[in-house]
Amino acid sequence: MTADQMSDQPVVSLAGVEKDFALSGGATMTALTGIDLDLRRGEFVSLIGPSGCGKSTLLRLIGDLTQPTAGSVSVNGKPAPQARLDRDYGMVFQAPVLFDWRTVEENVRLPLELTGQERRARDARVAEMLELVELPDFARHYPYQLSGGMQQRVAIARALTFSPAILLMDEPFGALDEMTRERMNSEVLRIWEQTGITVVFVTHSIPEAVFLSSRVVVMSARPGRITQIVDIDLPRPRGLETRESRHYFEMVTKVREALRGSEESGASDELLASVERAEAEGLIG
Amino acid sequence: MALLRHNAPAIVVFVGGIALWEATIRGLSIRAFILPAPSSIARALGENWTAGYQILPAAQATLQEAGGGLIAGALLGLVVAFAVARYPSARDIVLPMGIAVNAIPIVAFAPLANQWFGSQSVYSKMAISAALVFFPIMINVLRGLTSVSASSVELMRSYAAGEMAVLVKLRVPNALPFFLTGLKIGTTLSLIGAVVGEYFGGLNVALGRVVVESASTLSFEVTWAAIVVVSVVGIAMYLAVLAAERVLIPWHPSVRGERVA
Repeated sequence: MTADQMSDQPVVSLAGVEKDFALSGGATMTALTGIDLDLRRGEFVSLIGPSGCGKSTLLRLIGDLTQPTAGSVSVNGKPAPQARLDRDYGMVFQAPVLFDWRTVEENVRLPLELTGQERRARDARVAEMLELVELPDFARHYPYQLSGGMQQRVAIARALTFSPAILLMDEPFGALDEMTRERMNSEVLRIWEQTGITVVFVTHSIPEAVFLSSRVVVMSARPGRITQIVDIDLPRPRGLETRESRHYFEMVTKVREALRGSEESGASDELLASVERAEAEGLIG
Repeated sequence: MALLRHNAPAIVVFVGGIALWEATIRGLSIRAFILPAPSSIARALGENWTAGYQILPAAQATLQEAGGGLIAGALLGLVVAFAVARYPSARDIVLPMGIAVNAIPIVAFAPLANQWFGSQSVYSKMAISAALVFFPIMINVLRGLTSVSASSVELMRSYAAGEMAVLVKLRVPNALPFFLTGLKIGTTLSLIGAVVGEYFGGLNVALGRVVVESASTLSFEVTWAAIVVVSVVGIAMYLAVLAAERVLIPWHPSVRGERVA
């Protein structure tokens, strides 16, 4: 396969994906239905929707952290489980999920330790990643010595150490204050531009989705499905001027209206959120 | 110097307490068999350090028994915790049994242990110590191995990490502070096991024997001296675990203190 063909092929492809969760008492609940979505190489795509629309579930399906009830998920032209085993993606969660007992550089090194890479190459890669997220001076610090934003940058560096084709981010800046969040948004865009990676980004925030994305996938709840895909044609590189431009506000409005059209939130949203949580916790045993 | 200033209040209270004790005994003429004065305890300790009751060699023997019991109990606790964490079905068998066994006052088995392992042997005391130490280590390590966050496990899965890698990179480091907590509890218990084991016969030179024999001859200053030495041994063992914590888990909230970034 030539490089051209590689870039034409969708990097993530979901077809007829459905996800049901089994509830106690034998009932099932449909979290996602009729999901068809192709992501092009190098795209920045946000998934946005009311809580309980299954956007996190969709992200976890792409990462093979949960499996679809029906339909197919392919990543890099392979079934999602194979892509996971091939380490084709890096994952960033809402919490940084750093290991407390490891210093910053040891946390970033963790994925490489699992591959048994040669030490010198490994250390060089870790240093490179810390440069990328602008934390080289904090290599020897422990996570508790860093601010929330810095911890999340370490998590991003760690997710990128394998040079994966895809970066999956699940509300990564949801716990940060507005100022830090905007700074992290610019940071992520810079990293995306430097690495050419494909990003799938789950968020609650309309401004964040518009500022970052090439496309915003708008979802609705009960059951979770894609209602609209909004192309964001704001010029790049994007910065402070972008956030203050007229076109930006138009895009924000467009996404907001798409969301309003799809909004039918109800009690089941909370239910799905709790089912998703329970499922994640089931992984412990 | 800073260390001295930091600990000054504790030192003042300790020394003041001893002085008050001494003054009370002298002032109220309390008889030695009820509560001896610190000065007479110190004198008894000096007189019986290597001669008489031989407190120093006795302390060495007791430390050996408690230390051996601590190590044996910790190893056993670790093995069972790893096995139970690995095979969740074993949890339903081992845990109820463990809890039931833990409810038995194990020191009551001391005379039996003497019977099984020989009353003159150090192993009978180590067995009692080990039995006491086992449970807190096992429960703590098991909790440490299993109480990893769901997202940490997902993170490892996203790196295609196998069960072994999850154990080595995530569960074991997560369990280390729990193990050290179990070990701290274990130091005290191991000493209790050894001393109580000695009450029921054993080596002639051991702190438990010193307590029993001095009390039976109404030499209570010596009894008190032995108790003081038991306490010192216990504190020393505890401090050893604390020192290990500083080296092994400098990142843990219990250790890192006020260190700033």
